[in-house]
Formats: sequence, C-alpha cells, structure tokens
Amino acid sequence: MNRLTYKTQRLLILFGFLTIPVLLSLTFSYYPAVSLIYYSFTDWTGTGWDMNWVGLDNYKQIFSEPEVFNALKNNAYYFVGGLIQVAFSLWFAVILTGRLKGKYGFRVALFLPYVLHSVATVIMFKNVYHLDYGALNGLLRAVGLDSWQQSWLGNPHLVNVSLAFISMWKYMGLNMVIFIGALQSIPGDIYEAASIDGASGWQKFRFITAPSIKSVLSLMLLLTLTGALEAFDIPYVMMLGANGTQTFVIQTVDTAFKYQSFGLASAMAVVLLIIVLIFIVIQRKVLFREGK
Amino acid sequence: MDQEKSSPLFTAFKYLTIVLALFVVFFPIYSVFVGAFKTQMEYYQSSSLALPHDFFNFDNFKKVYDVGDLGLGFKNTLIILVAAVAGNVVLGTMVAYALGRFDFKLKKPIMGMYLVAQVIPMVTTQVATFSVIQKLGLYNTMGAPIILYIGADVLQIVIYLQFVNSIPKDLDESAMMEGASLFKIYRSIIFPLLAPATATLIILKTISIYNDFYTPYLYMPSQKLKVVSTAIYSFVGPNAAQLNVISAGILIIFIPTVVLFLFLQRYIFAGVTNGAVK
Repeated sequence: MNRLTYKTQRLLILFGFLTIPVLLSLTFSYYPAVSLIYYSFTDWTGTGWDMNWVGLDNYKQIFSEPEVFNALKNNAYYFVGGLIQVAFSLWFAVILTGRLKGKYGFRVALFLPYVLHSVATVIMFKNVYHLDYGALNGLLRAVGLDSWQQSWLGNPHLVNVSLAFISMWKYMGLNMVIFIGALQSIPGDIYEAASIDGASGWQKFRFITAPSIKSVLSLMLLLTLTGALEAFDIPYVMMLGANGTQTFVIQTVDTAFKYQSFGLASAMAVVLLIIVLIFIVIQRKVLFREGK
Repeated sequence: MDQEKSSPLFTAFKYLTIVLALFVVFFPIYSVFVGAFKTQMEYYQSSSLALPHDFFNFDNFKKVYDVGDLGLGFKNTLIILVAAVAGNVVLGTMVAYALGRFDFKLKKPIMGMYLVAQVIPMVTTQVATFSVIQKLGLYNTMGAPIILYIGADVLQIVIYLQFVNSIPKDLDESAMMEGASLFKIYRSIIFPLLAPATATLIILKTISIYNDFYTPYLYMPSQKLKVVSTAIYSFVGPNAAQLNVISAGILIIFIPTVVLFLFLQRYIFAGVTNGAVK
C-alpha cells in the first residue's frame, strides 16, 4: 500500500472503512423505518408476502379504538415514576458530591441496581411481591403492619405502581451518576466566591447548581418520557401484559406477533415513533432557545 | 464542591435519606440471597426474612443451572457478546477515522445519517426490522442479535467520534512524513490511542447486551439458542419452578456484571457519564 499515492489511499480508506457501516445503518435503521411506514398502509399479516394497500384504515382503527390509547395510561405510571426517580437521583447526586463521609461507597451501592441483570431483577421483584411468601409482605408482618399487606401484583389498582417502582429501583443510580458527572464539571471556585458573598446552601443550589445542570436535566426528562413511552420489559416479563398492565409497546408486539396483524402493528409503531420524535424536537428547540 | 459545613441536623437528614435508600436497594437483594440457600420446605415455612439454616446448601444452584439451561445461556451470551463487541470496536474505529480525519463530499450526509439514526427508537421499528432479519435468513440464528447489536446501534460511532478529535493531527502528519500508509496510521496510531473510548464502549455494550431480553426473545426462539435472559425467562414461566430455586438462578445471573462493576467502577462511572450525555 506504501506505493500508492495518498490520494488513492484516501479513496481506498474512505470507501473501505465506510461502506459496510453505512450499509448496516441503512439496512437496520433506515430501511425498517421506511418500510414500517409502508406496511402501516397495508393489511399484511406478517406471514408470506401478500399484502393489500388499505390506505388509512389502520390509522382510523387506532384512533377509533379506545383500547389502544388506554394502554398509554399505563405508560403514564412509568413517566410519573420516572419523574420521582429524577428528583431522588438529583438529591443524592447533590449530597454525594458535597462533603460527606463515605460518599464514594454510597455512590457504588446506589448504582448497583443498574448493573444487575434486567430480567433477573424483574423476577426478583416477582418473588419480593409474592402475596404469601414474598419479602415485602414478610417485612410488613415483621414490623407489625399486617394490615398494610397487599397483593402487589394482583390488585389492579396497585400493579402498575409496583411495576413502575422496579424501574425506579433500577435506574435511580444511573441518573444519579450522570448528575454527579454534571455537578463535578462545575468549577469549585464559583461556590467559594458565593460563600464569601454570604450565599446560603439553597441559594447556591438555586443560582449556581441548577442553571449549570439544566441541559443534563432536560435531557434526562426527555429520556424519562421516551423511556416511559417505550416501556416493555418489566410488564412483559412480569405479567405478559396481563391484569391491565399492557403498555403501548406490548400492545404493538402482541398485535404483530400474537394476532398476526403486522399492518396494524406498524401503524401503531408509526404513531409511537411520531410521538417520540415530536418530544425530541420540542426538547431540542427549548434547549436551543435557552442556550442563546 | 461545597466547601462549607452544613448544620449537624441537615447532615443527619442526609444520612437518614441515604440509609433509607440503601435499605430499599438491598432489601430485595437480601431476600433472594437468603432464599437461594433455603430448602423448599424451609422457604415456604420460615419467614422470608430469616437466614437459611445452612449457607452451604448449594442444591438450588445446581438444580437451576442444570434444569434452567443456564450453562447454555452463558455460552451463547458470551459468543454473541464477543462477536458484537468486536464488530462494534472495529467498525466504530474505522468510521471515526474516516469521518474524523478526512473531508469529502459525503461526509456531512453520513454524519447527519448517524445523528438521525440516533433518535429513531429501535423498539418502535422492531416490527419492520423483523421482516428484514427474515429476508436475510438470519431468523433463529445468532447472526440476528449480532448484526443488530452492530448495525442498528450508533453508540460506538458517537463515542469514537468525540474521542478521535482529541487525538492531535500532528501525529498523523509526522507519520506521513516518514512514509507510513494511511492504513498503518489507523492501525498503529489511531486505533491504539482510542483505547480509553474502547474501554468505555466495551463496558456499556457488555452491560446492555447481557441485559437485553427483547432481541433474543424475538429473533431466537429456538431452545438451543437460549441466552441468559431468555433462559431464566422460560425457566420461570411455564415450569412454575420453586421460589427457592428461582432465587438461586437470580443470584447466579447477577454475579457476572456485579463482579465486572466492582472491578471497573471508575470506568463504568466515566462510561455512563460520557455515554449518556452525548
């Protein structure tokens, strides 16, 4: 290769290094997104390649069946849980960045749930929530709160809260570590200067910390929202979406693979995709406007 | 950061919240830990919080490992993991070198393509991805998750592109003065200097692939192709196995990433911080 001119080499490198990755991205990101839109206008069942163009029928069906949007109510539990989780993670990030004995150990401990295997974690909570032999009811009995015992997964008013809690349990530490990263990038002398000027702890948080982590916070809120819209693993592994726990994605997956209506499922996926993209655009817009 | 001492009452409040959080984090883990060493009788008769009679009772672990196909699961997960991560590292560094070091007509469109791909939520397009995998004849093969982890994710490109710009261009230029080929520059200068980014990538990818349930569940229903996620899932599902045996399975599956985490804490913290705020 040394004999080739740099101009030829450059061509070879560009061609050789980019062709495969670009093809992969086109095949597995763009082609699915485009064909998803196409399938959404057909009555394809998912088996064989016969499909008829049905126009907007699938979309009409989605917007006329209340069931489809009922599933979004369940997604709301994950969103609210996510907001609470962001608040907690910010609190712990702030106190574990300040002066506190043992803060490094606490960071490790609180982050631990994030590295635990996701399916095994859900199954662990299935044991913990067990009506008769579960540790949660066991704990309530042990401290004399017998009347607080619940059928955590059986009670339809409680089950989505129980499931959303697993998500909070798992991801709080992750958000905390991301916040800690943002907090540590604030130069310490700003705080010193503020202390000299007599600022209180809350004032320092309000006027120094909060503005500096705004962009991370807005990104985190966006991820909380899109994560809630895309919630799938936890309710699916735990309940297969039974007992009123199906989320929008579970419904889409069932429509496609269980009920063999790929066309309708594609339309549902397109609706979700559009909702997610709208929120992403809003977040970027807000961020850019404030970034000026 | 905060140089001032807070009031003792406030400090006490901080510790109180930490203790509560630690309890919430460790309580479920404690319960499966003690449960995993209990016999079936013991599990269903003793309190779920009580310690087991015998911490050397490994029967549950043996049982879940054999009946639950965990050995097969670990083997398949490892194969997929190594292939996918290696593919990510090789292709990711190549793209970063080509896009980070050269100017050419298609550079902007390709960069834009990756930026847009980043925001397409994978989970929504899965229905259509499924038909692509079928057409390629990859359904029910390990090729399906491997190629999806490599091709449908842009994390590696985001991480490497950020990093490649911090490698001084002087290094390339002086190598060119000595007559090194561009491929040699990639292999002997860029690739090795990207090592910190590679470490971050390997860690993030390992955690996400080990945890992934959706992809193997959807694309590899075959019994022989069970990975850790699908193995424990099918063990718990129809078999309605005993809770003590399930507890042992959960512990076994927890171990690899916990060990990884305890040894590589610093890199993992740095990795999630850089990987998330892209």
